[in-house]
Amino acid sequence: MAEMKTAAYICSGCGLGDKLDVPQLAKIAQKEGKMALVREHDFLCNAEGVQMIRDDIEKEAVTHICIAACSRRAKTEAFNFPTVAMTRANLREGVIWVVSEGGDHDEVRQEMADDYVRMGCAELKKAKMPEGNPNHTHLKNLMVVGGGISGMTAAFEAAETGYEVILVEKQAQLGGWADKLWKRVPFKAPYAEPQDTGVAELAAKVSSHPLIKVYLNTTVAETSGAPGRFAIKLAQESGAITEVSAGAIVQATGFTTYDINKLPELGGGLENVVDHAGLEVLAKAANGGAIKRADGREIKSVVFLQCAGQRDDTGRHLPYCSGHCCATSIKQAMYFKDANPEVNTVVVYDDLRVPGMGEDFYRSAQHKGVIFAKGNASKVETAGNGCRVNYRDLILDADSILEADLVVLATGQVPSSGVNVVEWDKLTKEADGGSVEAKQQKSELKNISILNLTYRQGPDVPKLKYGFADSHFICFPYETQRTGIYTAGPVRRPMDILQATEDATGAALKAIQAAENASLGRAAHPRAGDLSYPIVRLEGCTQCKRCTVECPFGAIDEDEKRFPVFNEQRCRRCGTCMGACPVRVISFENYSVDTVGNQIKSIEIPDEFSEKPRILVLACENDAYPALDMAGLSRIVYSAFVRIIPVRCLGSVNTIWITDALNSGYDGVMMMGCKKGDEYQCHFVKGSELAGYRMSKIGDTLTGMGLEPERVSTFEVAITDNAKVAGFINDYVAQLVEMGPSPMKGFN
Amino acid sequence: MAKKNYAFYPGCSSQKGASASNFVPSIDVMCDKLDIQLNEIPDWNCCSASIGYGEGGQLSRLVLNARNLALVEQNMPGQDLVSGCPACWLATRETAEKLSEVDSLMADTNEALKEAGLNFKGTVKARHLVEVLIEDVGFDAMKAPVVKPLEGMKIAGYVGCQTNRPFGIAGESFENPQYLDKMIETVGAEAATGYEQKITCCGGALAFSEPEKSQKQIRDIVESAYDHGVDMIVTPCQLCQANVEIYQSEINKKKGTKLAMPVVYYSQLMTVAYGGNAKQAGLDGNILRPQKLLDIATK
Amino acid sequence: MSELNQKAVAKYQNNFLKEVEERVEDGEWVSMCMQCGVCAGSCPLGPHWEHSPQKIFRMIMAGKRDEVLTSDSVWMCTSCYSCIVRCPRKLPITHIMHGIAHYAHRLDVAPKGQPTRELARVFWNNLIKTGRVNELKFSLAVYFKDGFSQGIKNLMSMQGIALGLVKAKRLNPMEIIGGHKCKDVGGIQKMLAKAKEIEDRRQGYSS
Ligand code: SF4
Ligand code: SF4
Ligand code: SF4
Ligand code: SF4
Repeated sequence: MAEMKTAAYICSGCGLGDKLDVPQLAKIAQKEGKMALVREHDFLCNAEGVQMIRDDIEKEAVTHICIAACSRRAKTEAFNFPTVAMTRANLREGVIWVVSEGGDHDEVRQEMADDYVRMGCAELKKAKMPEGNPNHTHLKNLMVVGGGISGMTAAFEAAETGYEVILVEKQAQLGGWADKLWKRVPFKAPYAEPQDTGVAELAAKVSSHPLIKVYLNTTVAETSGAPGRFAIKLAQESGAITEVSAGAIVQATGFTTYDINKLPELGGGLENVVDHAGLEVLAKAANGGAIKRADGREIKSVVFLQCAGQRDDTGRHLPYCSGHCCATSIKQAMYFKDANPEVNTVVVYDDLRVPGMGEDFYRSAQHKGVIFAKGNASKVETAGNGCRVNYRDLILDADSILEADLVVLATGQVPSSGVNVVEWDKLTKEADGGSVEAKQQKSELKNISILNLTYRQGPDVPKLKYGFADSHFICFPYETQRTGIYTAGPVRRPMDILQATEDATGAALKAIQAAENASLGRAAHPRAGDLSYPIVRLEGCTQCKRCTVECPFGAIDEDEKRFPVFNEQRCRRCGTCMGACPVRVISFENYSVDTVGNQIKSIEIPDEFSEKPRILVLACENDAYPALDMAGLSRIVYSAFVRIIPVRCLGSVNTIWITDALNSGYDGVMMMGCKKGDEYQCHFVKGSELAGYRMSKIGDTLTGMGLEPERVSTFEVAITDNAKVAGFINDYVAQLVEMGPSPMKGFN
Repeated sequence: MAKKNYAFYPGCSSQKGASASNFVPSIDVMCDKLDIQLNEIPDWNCCSASIGYGEGGQLSRLVLNARNLALVEQNMPGQDLVSGCPACWLATRETAEKLSEVDSLMADTNEALKEAGLNFKGTVKARHLVEVLIEDVGFDAMKAPVVKPLEGMKIAGYVGCQTNRPFGIAGESFENPQYLDKMIETVGAEAATGYEQKITCCGGALAFSEPEKSQKQIRDIVESAYDHGVDMIVTPCQLCQANVEIYQSEINKKKGTKLAMPVVYYSQLMTVAYGGNAKQAGLDGNILRPQKLLDIATK
Repeated sequence: MSELNQKAVAKYQNNFLKEVEERVEDGEWVSMCMQCGVCAGSCPLGPHWEHSPQKIFRMIMAGKRDEVLTSDSVWMCTSCYSCIVRCPRKLPITHIMHGIAHYAHRLDVAPKGQPTRELARVFWNNLIKTGRVNELKFSLAVYFKDGFSQGIKNLMSMQGIALGLVKAKRLNPMEIIGGHKCKDVGGIQKMLAKAKEIEDRRQGYSS
């Protein structure tokens, strides 16, 4: 490798030159930052400035550059030098735009800029240009698990894009749930009539596609590996095992219907009470003619009860809305009206939820004479030859009764998502502790597993809520917490056929992207394209297992000797393992305990009599750092006593940074990250949660150092919180001023 | 300039000696100044108003209105039917639209019309006088004849129901139409902005049968006008004018209030602003004297 | 029960919605109501009603025939059209309300002595006599509809108003012996008789 040669470039454009003493900054870069080359430029991001840097890289053999100008989030196209390691000192958004105007503030403004230049140089000296994961893989095909609408669509779309697909279906034929339907809810204008399901056509297209290999009567017996190199064992009904491999996986295993026997109060279990699935059977049998009950009697009146066992707040049934069932009941009511307009069809609902074009469909049902009654059913009982529905009419505010030949319960979707890995984890611990029972339970659980992952963290993808296999509902649909495995359709969240179709297309594209990135040695979403990857110095490892346990994506397995085994292709580069490791043996080439630690130590700490506190801000680069930049962009002023360092995720914050900072005389540390908890917005799922947990443990250390616990504080910042974040800073600074300078000052 | 001709449908309440009779003289002056020629429809009949539905079936009511339309079609070709009364306008316009939409109703209607020796082909448009002012004349032309701007007067523009709904004037919003305020400003007065009761129903249709309830509506309308510190209320609607003006004394008697808020027609404002005297403006017909307007008229 | 009513019950049996759809003006719209309640919230006299339009429509769908036809509420509509312009489903609510009132009146099951119902009767009689409405006769008829002595009382209570109007020449006492009138009253009456005849035939009241 070429010898390291550093250079710093200090820009005086965008008003930097007016507000700051640029020559002084250059001097600092040279003297303190020890940069081999220091250049000033009055418009660094223009063609000339960029060319100057390029020339240095080429002619002066510069390998490391620090750009002291605007935020690392600005001018990324101009400052794109893929062959060198680079750091950015944020003088524009981070200094001149946020420090109060006027001569009174010249001194603190300049001090802030000085420090950012010191930090940029300090970081640079520890950074390396990422070379990319040397363990490249080359598999770019997909495995799709589940042959329903979602699975078939994912397979077909991927194949049409030119990727090979292995499609695995448990049943003897493709089609899944949709194949059991007489008709589907319309997805084309005028959204007025039930439409053919189109399952047969899609199945035919899939079966005959040259790039799709369909395995029927097949389940997944084992999945190991990582994106770009998944190794899969397929178990045929015959007992034969076929070994295949895939670059990425789409799991489209759908749902089952909620068991109506759990709803005896609504007649679940009675002869003339069915669920949607039961009614589809009757409708298929009728084949467009009059719909008859199981006992052969023609149905003259039917009542649909919406939200049966759904949106339940008693804790006994499904708490969520399955989203499709209002439209499904409307469709099924039309089955009756279309066969015979005289059939009395009543839909008893609490809210009618028909998103999208469902409103037109609803109207069409009203035109056909379907009656909609806002009400709550309390009891369904057998009466005469049919059923009696007791319900509260919520408009007339009266107890009412409906008699019907048949009652249809609109029950919900229960995801077929396999093993709950939290439960699995618990059982693993118990089994490791010697519990025979737990071992037994584990092997039973394994029977319901879908992917049978060999991952240390359990055999299926983790669930987000209510058993649905999703990861980050706002930012990353289709992502699971297992890199390279994407979910689509009702296994991800409740949905109808139309949504499942879109979902499958999205998931297929995501899967392709993951396989492609893996083949280039790069990270998947959200750091897509990142060439850095975790490097571990196993010599120092104490086998504490923290990294394997805490990695949100199950990237790290253990070998027989209980050392961590990094599957780089599964890694999302969040750095959570780096934050976890107590002996600090995990690092990334351009992001490590040292790159940050060195910055922390590089700044000048004024003494305790200066009345100039110093606060370290560790800001998540996904939300908090952009919010801080936005504060600058909107010229929202905040204290010039803070020194901000972006981090990949709060999960990557190693406690050594905090103790180092406090030891070197910082008065406080602010950690800014995304929302945690049930409604988390952490881009790496558990990062901010873990940081919160780790910080809760740091209290003792602080007390041991003779410091108030408030000297370390965590804040939740969303990307839109530009005004709020300035308030956080100012309030915290005020609080620290009140508290007085850190007693650690002057000890170093 | 040549006058524009319209077939005028005065309606029952604007007949001589009827509750809105003071409306007519001001309309005359206003139209004269604006080159509008109103030609009364020969032998027009009642529109059946909003209460006709109780006894009269749908077809009976359609037929009544179709007779007026047919009279225009037959005797006044090319002229739009124009009414100053919202109820008349509404009933006639609804009839014209319904008949053009439903062929069977048109056929039935003509079968009945034959008994009165008439036939309706569906060529006549039913319009409100205010529509003519805004769409055919325009605010600039309405301003031109102003010789006595109504300076120093603050007026609450009370649009009410049927001039506003369901058809509306000149495509304006049903919830906050602006045209009446603009007309107030056109004649030089100040319009009360944010007048809460602008589109409230005066309860007029139930004034006789549900006096308590409709008087509550009137009280709200008047009291809110007081809150805005206005000198008077202006309205385009006969029923509103009559109700809101007439029942104030009743409310005072029952509730011990001291309501005496004058209620005038837009045409009365315009007549005075155009230089007409009190009599021409029909101000003698107001029960609650619109003093400031009288002062300007007699100046 | 009136004969017309008996026949209607027999004809439609339990299907009141169908009865309304076929016989009430704009009744075919009722089933399009989505029960949002916007009309109920827009109705100026709404708070005084037992049954808002929303409720009336729900009652029709729930087959509550007697309750709907005898409801006082359908007579409370002031024809303000607030509901019509706000209904997200564009139901011609005002017309339906009028239509139901008319139908109940036609079957003679509407509430007896309902003031608006009585007024409507008086109004129509007044109109049909001359082709135009004579306000004085109309008002007098209103005041005397409950009998002579009640009429005098009603009249006395409104004396101030009447005198005010007379002074302002907006109520003409001379109308009692004449007043406004269409020339072709005969034609108008024949025309209306014909309209009724056609309508009765269409609605199946007569054959
Ligand atoms: S879609 Fe409709 S029936 Fe299904 S849970 Fe949601 S609200 Fe209830
Ligand atoms: S956290 Fe560090 S010490 Fe612990 S197992 Fe992982 S690499 Fe080893
Ligand atoms: S038109 Fe009748 S029903 Fe509709 S809001 Fe007005 S008063 Fe109520
Ligand atoms: S506003 Fe329209 S849709 Fe809503 S309740 Fe009233 S009639 Fe029904």
